Amino acid sequence: MNDFTPVASLAGGALIGFAASIFLLSYGKVAGISGLYGGLLQRPTSSRALRVWFLAGLVVAGAGIRVLYPAAFVTSFRPSWLVVVVAGLLVGFGTQLGNGCTSGHGVCGISRGSNRSLVATATFMATGFATVFLAHHVFGGGR
Amino acid sequence: MTEGSGGWRRRAAHVAAFCIGALFAVGLAVSGMTKPSKVVGFLDLCGAWDPSLACVMFGAVTVHFFAYRIVALQGSPLFSVTFSLPTRRDVDARLVLGAALFGIGWGLSGLCPGPALVALGGGSATALVFAAAMTLGMLGSIGLASPLNPTKPPPALSD
Repeated sequence: MNDFTPVASLAGGALIGFAASIFLLSYGKVAGISGLYGGLLQRPTSSRALRVWFLAGLVVAGAGIRVLYPAAFVTSFRPSWLVVVVAGLLVGFGTQLGNGCTSGHGVCGISRGSNRSLVATATFMATGFATVFLAHHVFGGGR
Repeated sequence: MTEGSGGWRRRAAHVAAFCIGALFAVGLAVSGMTKPSKVVGFLDLCGAWDPSLACVMFGAVTVHFFAYRIVALQGSPLFSVTFSLPTRRDVDARLVLGAALFGIGWGLSGLCPGPALVALGGGSATALVFAAAMTLGMLGSIGLASPLNPTKPPPALSD
Protein backbone atom coordinates (compact mmCIF):
# COMPACT_ATOMS: atom_id res chain seq x y z
CA MET A 1 0.00 0.00 0.00
CA ASN A 2 2.91 2.33 0.83
CA ASP A 3 6.67 2.27 0.75
CA PHE A 4 8.52 1.85 4.01
CA THR A 5 9.94 5.27 4.99
CA PRO A 6 12.29 4.57 7.91
CA VAL A 7 14.29 7.82 7.81
CA ALA A 8 11.37 10.23 7.39
CA SER A 9 9.30 8.36 9.95
CA LEU A 10 12.13 8.29 12.51
CA ALA A 11 12.81 12.01 11.94
CA GLY A 12 9.12 12.93 12.09
CA GLY A 13 8.70 10.78 15.20
CA ALA A 14 11.66 12.53 16.84
CA LEU A 15 10.00 15.88 16.03
CA ILE A 16 6.76 14.69 17.65
CA GLY A 17 8.71 13.60 20.73
CA PHE A 18 10.51 16.95 20.77
CA ALA A 19 7.22 18.90 20.52
CA ALA A 20 5.74 16.81 23.35
CA SER A 21 8.87 17.54 25.42
CA ILE A 22 8.70 21.32 24.95
CA PHE A 23 4.99 21.15 25.79
CA LEU A 24 5.84 19.38 29.04
CA LEU A 25 8.62 21.85 29.80
CA SER A 26 6.30 24.80 29.09
CA TYR A 27 3.05 23.72 30.77
CA GLY A 28 3.94 20.70 32.89
CA LYS A 29 1.32 18.65 31.13
CA VAL A 30 1.12 15.59 28.88
CA ALA A 31 0.80 16.51 25.18
CA GLY A 32 -2.08 14.13 24.55
CA ILE A 33 -4.30 15.32 21.71
CA SER A 34 -7.47 13.51 22.78
CA GLY A 35 -7.09 14.81 26.34
CA LEU A 36 -6.40 18.39 25.27
CA TYR A 37 -9.36 18.35 22.87
CA GLY A 38 -11.71 16.42 25.15
CA GLY A 39 -10.96 18.81 28.01
CA LEU A 40 -12.60 21.59 25.99
CA LEU A 41 -15.86 19.62 25.99
CA GLN A 42 -15.95 19.21 29.77
CA ARG A 43 -17.54 21.52 32.32
CA PRO A 44 -15.79 23.19 33.90
CA THR A 45 -12.96 23.46 31.41
CA SER A 46 -9.52 24.13 32.84
CA SER A 47 -6.75 25.87 30.89
CA ARG A 48 -9.08 26.56 27.98
CA ALA A 49 -6.82 29.08 26.27
CA LEU A 50 -3.81 26.75 26.29
CA ARG A 51 -5.86 23.94 24.74
CA VAL A 52 -7.36 26.22 22.09
CA TRP A 53 -4.00 27.72 21.09
CA PHE A 54 -2.24 24.34 20.90
CA LEU A 55 -5.04 22.75 18.85
CA ALA A 56 -5.22 25.85 16.62
CA GLY A 57 -1.50 25.39 15.92
CA LEU A 58 -2.18 21.82 14.88
CA VAL A 59 -5.03 22.78 12.53
CA VAL A 60 -3.45 25.93 11.07
CA ALA A 61 -0.21 24.02 10.42
CA GLY A 62 -2.34 21.48 8.54
CA ALA A 63 -3.44 24.26 6.18
CA GLY A 64 0.19 25.37 5.72
CA ILE A 65 1.31 21.79 5.05
CA ARG A 66 -1.43 21.47 2.43
CA VAL A 67 0.14 24.43 0.56
CA LEU A 68 3.83 23.60 1.05
CA TYR A 69 3.81 19.79 1.09
CA PRO A 70 0.47 18.49 -0.25
CA ALA A 71 1.87 14.95 -0.60
CA ALA A 72 1.51 14.65 3.19
CA PHE A 73 -2.23 14.08 2.72
CA VAL A 74 -2.15 11.76 -0.29
CA THR A 75 -3.68 8.46 0.78
CA SER A 76 -4.61 5.36 -1.17
CA PHE A 77 -6.97 4.25 1.62
CA ARG A 78 -10.42 5.79 1.37
CA PRO A 79 -12.98 4.32 3.75
CA SER A 80 -16.71 4.84 3.10
CA TRP A 81 -18.51 7.71 4.86
CA LEU A 82 -20.32 5.27 7.10
CA VAL A 83 -17.02 3.73 8.20
CA VAL A 84 -15.55 7.22 8.81
CA VAL A 85 -18.50 8.17 11.04
CA VAL A 86 -18.44 4.90 13.00
CA ALA A 87 -14.64 5.16 13.37
CA GLY A 88 -14.88 8.76 14.57
CA LEU A 89 -17.51 7.86 17.18
CA LEU A 90 -15.38 4.94 18.42
CA VAL A 91 -12.19 7.03 18.56
CA GLY A 92 -13.94 9.85 20.44
CA PHE A 93 -15.76 7.58 22.87
CA GLY A 94 -12.79 5.26 23.39
CA THR A 95 -10.14 7.93 23.94
CA GLN A 96 -12.23 9.70 26.58
CA LEU A 97 -13.12 6.44 28.34
CA GLY A 98 -9.51 5.24 28.22
CA ASN A 99 -7.96 8.66 28.97
CA GLY A 100 -5.72 8.87 25.92
CA CYS A 101 -4.76 8.08 22.36
CA THR A 102 -1.58 7.44 20.37
CA SER A 103 0.09 10.63 21.63
CA GLY A 104 -0.87 10.65 25.31
CA HIS A 105 -0.57 6.91 25.96
CA GLY A 106 1.58 5.78 23.03
CA VAL A 107 4.28 8.46 23.07
CA CYS A 108 4.18 10.34 26.39
CA GLY A 109 2.91 7.56 28.66
CA ILE A 110 5.30 4.87 27.45
CA SER A 111 8.24 7.31 27.73
CA ARG A 112 7.30 7.97 31.35
CA GLY A 113 7.09 4.24 32.07
CA SER A 114 3.37 4.39 32.88
CA ASN A 115 1.94 0.89 33.17
CA ARG A 116 -1.55 2.22 32.34
CA SER A 117 -0.23 3.64 29.08
CA LEU A 118 1.62 0.41 28.26
CA VAL A 119 -1.59 -1.58 28.74
CA ALA A 120 -3.62 0.97 26.74
CA THR A 121 -1.12 1.03 23.87
CA ALA A 122 -0.88 -2.77 23.71
CA THR A 123 -4.70 -2.89 23.72
CA PHE A 124 -5.35 -0.35 20.95
CA MET A 125 -2.56 -1.84 18.83
CA ALA A 126 -4.09 -5.31 19.26
CA THR A 127 -7.63 -4.22 18.37
CA GLY A 128 -6.20 -2.11 15.52
CA PHE A 129 -4.39 -5.13 14.04
CA ALA A 130 -7.48 -7.31 14.52
CA THR A 131 -9.79 -4.70 12.95
CA VAL A 132 -7.64 -4.27 9.85
CA PHE A 133 -7.28 -8.05 9.52
CA LEU A 134 -11.04 -8.54 9.71
CA ALA A 135 -11.89 -5.56 7.48
CA HIS A 136 -9.35 -6.29 4.75
CA HIS A 137 -8.81 -10.04 4.79
CA VAL A 138 -11.98 -11.60 6.18
CA PHE A 139 -14.80 -9.28 5.11
CA GLY A 140 -12.85 -7.48 2.40
CA GLY A 141 -14.85 -4.30 3.02
CA GLY A 142 -13.92 -1.31 5.12
CA ARG A 143 -12.44 0.54 2.19
CA MET B 1 4.19 39.68 39.57
CA THR B 2 2.66 42.85 38.17
CA GLU B 3 -0.41 42.69 35.99
CA GLY B 4 1.63 43.88 33.02
CA SER B 5 4.24 41.14 33.22
CA GLY B 6 1.47 38.57 33.88
CA GLY B 7 -0.24 39.63 30.66
CA TRP B 8 3.01 39.37 28.75
CA ARG B 9 3.66 35.93 30.18
CA ARG B 10 0.17 34.76 29.30
CA ARG B 11 0.53 35.96 25.72
CA ALA B 12 3.93 34.28 25.43
CA ALA B 13 2.44 31.04 26.78
CA HIS B 14 -0.32 31.15 24.16
CA VAL B 15 2.05 31.88 21.27
CA ALA B 16 4.29 29.04 22.47
CA ALA B 17 1.33 26.64 22.63
CA PHE B 18 0.39 27.54 19.05
CA CYS B 19 3.98 26.98 17.85
CA ILE B 20 4.29 23.66 19.68
CA GLY B 21 1.00 22.51 18.11
CA ALA B 22 2.33 23.49 14.69
CA LEU B 23 5.61 21.65 15.35
CA PHE B 24 3.67 18.57 16.41
CA ALA B 25 1.72 18.77 13.12
CA VAL B 26 4.93 19.04 11.08
CA GLY B 27 6.25 15.95 12.87
CA LEU B 28 3.09 14.04 12.00
CA ALA B 29 3.29 15.15 8.35
CA VAL B 30 7.02 14.37 7.97
CA SER B 31 6.57 10.95 9.55
CA GLY B 32 3.76 10.06 7.12
CA MET B 33 1.14 9.74 9.85
CA THR B 34 -1.22 12.22 8.17
CA LYS B 35 -1.78 9.55 5.51
CA PRO B 36 -4.39 7.04 6.73
CA SER B 37 -2.96 4.52 4.22
CA LYS B 38 0.34 4.44 6.13
CA VAL B 39 -1.42 3.78 9.43
CA VAL B 40 -3.55 1.03 7.92
CA GLY B 41 -0.43 -0.27 6.13
CA PHE B 42 1.21 -0.72 9.54
CA LEU B 43 -1.85 -2.36 11.08
CA ASP B 44 -2.17 -4.73 8.09
CA LEU B 45 0.27 -7.44 9.19
CA CYS B 46 -1.07 -9.87 6.57
CA GLY B 47 -0.86 -7.40 3.67
CA ALA B 48 2.08 -5.42 2.26
CA TRP B 49 3.23 -4.53 5.77
CA ASP B 50 4.65 -1.00 6.21
CA PRO B 51 6.62 -0.78 9.49
CA SER B 52 6.96 3.04 9.29
CA LEU B 53 4.63 3.64 12.26
CA ALA B 54 6.97 1.63 14.49
CA CYS B 55 9.80 4.01 13.47
CA VAL B 56 7.60 7.00 14.37
CA MET B 57 6.86 5.55 17.79
CA PHE B 58 10.51 4.62 18.34
CA GLY B 59 11.72 8.12 17.38
CA ALA B 60 9.10 9.89 19.48
CA VAL B 61 9.48 7.67 22.55
CA THR B 62 13.29 7.84 22.44
CA VAL B 63 13.36 11.64 22.36
CA HIS B 64 10.62 12.02 24.97
CA PHE B 65 12.19 9.33 27.20
CA PHE B 66 15.36 11.39 27.65
CA ALA B 67 13.70 14.82 27.50
CA TYR B 68 11.16 13.80 30.16
CA ARG B 69 13.97 12.93 32.55
CA ILE B 70 15.69 16.27 31.94
CA VAL B 71 12.45 18.26 32.19
CA ALA B 72 11.53 16.44 35.42
CA LEU B 73 14.65 17.94 37.04
CA GLN B 74 13.23 21.44 36.60
CA GLY B 75 11.46 22.86 39.63
CA SER B 76 8.46 24.08 37.70
CA PRO B 77 7.34 24.44 34.07
CA LEU B 78 8.00 27.71 32.23
CA PHE B 79 4.37 28.86 32.02
CA SER B 80 2.76 26.99 34.86
CA VAL B 81 3.17 26.73 38.62
CA THR B 82 3.52 22.97 38.90
CA PHE B 83 3.80 19.83 36.83
CA SER B 84 0.45 18.06 36.58
CA LEU B 85 1.19 14.60 35.25
CA PRO B 86 -1.02 11.52 35.56
CA THR B 87 -0.28 9.60 38.77
CA ARG B 88 -2.73 6.70 38.53
CA ARG B 89 -1.18 3.22 38.39
CA ASP B 90 -4.29 1.05 38.45
CA VAL B 91 -5.39 -0.70 35.27
CA ASP B 92 -9.17 -0.77 35.22
CA ALA B 93 -11.87 -1.93 32.83
CA ARG B 94 -12.51 1.63 31.59
CA LEU B 95 -8.90 1.97 30.44
CA VAL B 96 -8.86 -1.35 28.59
CA LEU B 97 -12.34 -1.00 27.08
CA GLY B 98 -11.65 2.59 26.01
CA ALA B 99 -8.33 1.68 24.40
CA ALA B 100 -9.93 -1.34 22.69
CA LEU B 101 -12.72 0.79 21.16
CA PHE B 102 -10.21 3.46 20.12
CA GLY B 103 -8.10 0.78 18.36
CA ILE B 104 -11.13 -0.44 16.39
CA GLY B 105 -11.91 3.09 15.18
CA TRP B 106 -8.22 3.69 14.41
CA GLY B 107 -8.03 0.49 12.36
CA LEU B 108 -11.26 1.23 10.49
CA SER B 109 -10.23 4.75 9.44
CA GLY B 110 -6.44 5.00 9.79
CA LEU B 111 -7.08 8.18 11.77
CA CYS B 112 -6.40 9.12 15.38
CA PRO B 113 -7.11 12.54 16.95
CA GLY B 114 -3.82 14.33 16.11
CA PRO B 115 -3.56 13.46 12.41
CA ALA B 116 -7.33 14.01 12.04
CA LEU B 117 -7.03 17.61 13.26
CA VAL B 118 -4.01 18.26 11.00
CA ALA B 119 -5.83 16.79 7.99
CA LEU B 120 -8.88 18.87 8.93
CA GLY B 121 -6.73 21.98 8.60
CA GLY B 122 -5.44 20.55 5.33
CA GLY B 123 -8.98 20.64 3.97
CA SER B 124 -9.80 16.93 4.11
CA ALA B 125 -13.56 16.29 4.03
CA THR B 126 -12.95 12.84 5.52
CA ALA B 127 -11.12 14.40 8.47
CA LEU B 128 -13.95 16.93 8.93
CA VAL B 129 -16.58 14.19 9.15
CA PHE B 130 -14.30 12.09 11.34
CA ALA B 131 -13.64 15.00 13.72
CA ALA B 132 -17.36 15.78 14.00
CA ALA B 133 -18.13 12.14 14.85
CA MET B 134 -15.17 12.05 17.23
CA THR B 135 -16.52 15.12 19.06
CA LEU B 136 -19.91 13.44 19.42
CA GLY B 137 -18.24 10.27 20.70
CA MET B 138 -16.28 12.27 23.27
CA LEU B 139 -19.42 14.10 24.41
CA GLY B 140 -21.16 10.74 24.73
CA SER B 141 -18.38 9.34 26.85
CA ILE B 142 -18.21 12.44 29.05
CA GLY B 143 -22.00 12.50 29.45
CA LEU B 144 -22.12 8.81 30.27
CA ALA B 145 -19.32 9.04 32.79
CA SER B 146 -20.49 12.08 34.75
CA PRO B 147 -23.63 10.78 36.51
CA LEU B 148 -22.13 7.40 37.42
CA ASN B 149 -18.61 8.43 38.17
CA PRO B 150 -18.18 12.17 38.65
CA THR B 151 -14.80 12.92 37.16
CA LYS B 152 -12.76 15.77 38.49
CA PRO B 153 -12.08 18.57 36.04
CA PRO B 154 -8.65 18.31 34.44
CA PRO B 155 -5.94 19.85 36.61
CA ALA B 156 -5.73 23.61 36.26
CA LEU B 157 -2.82 25.28 34.57
CA SER B 158 -2.02 28.92 34.96
CA ASP B 159 -3.46 30.44 31.86
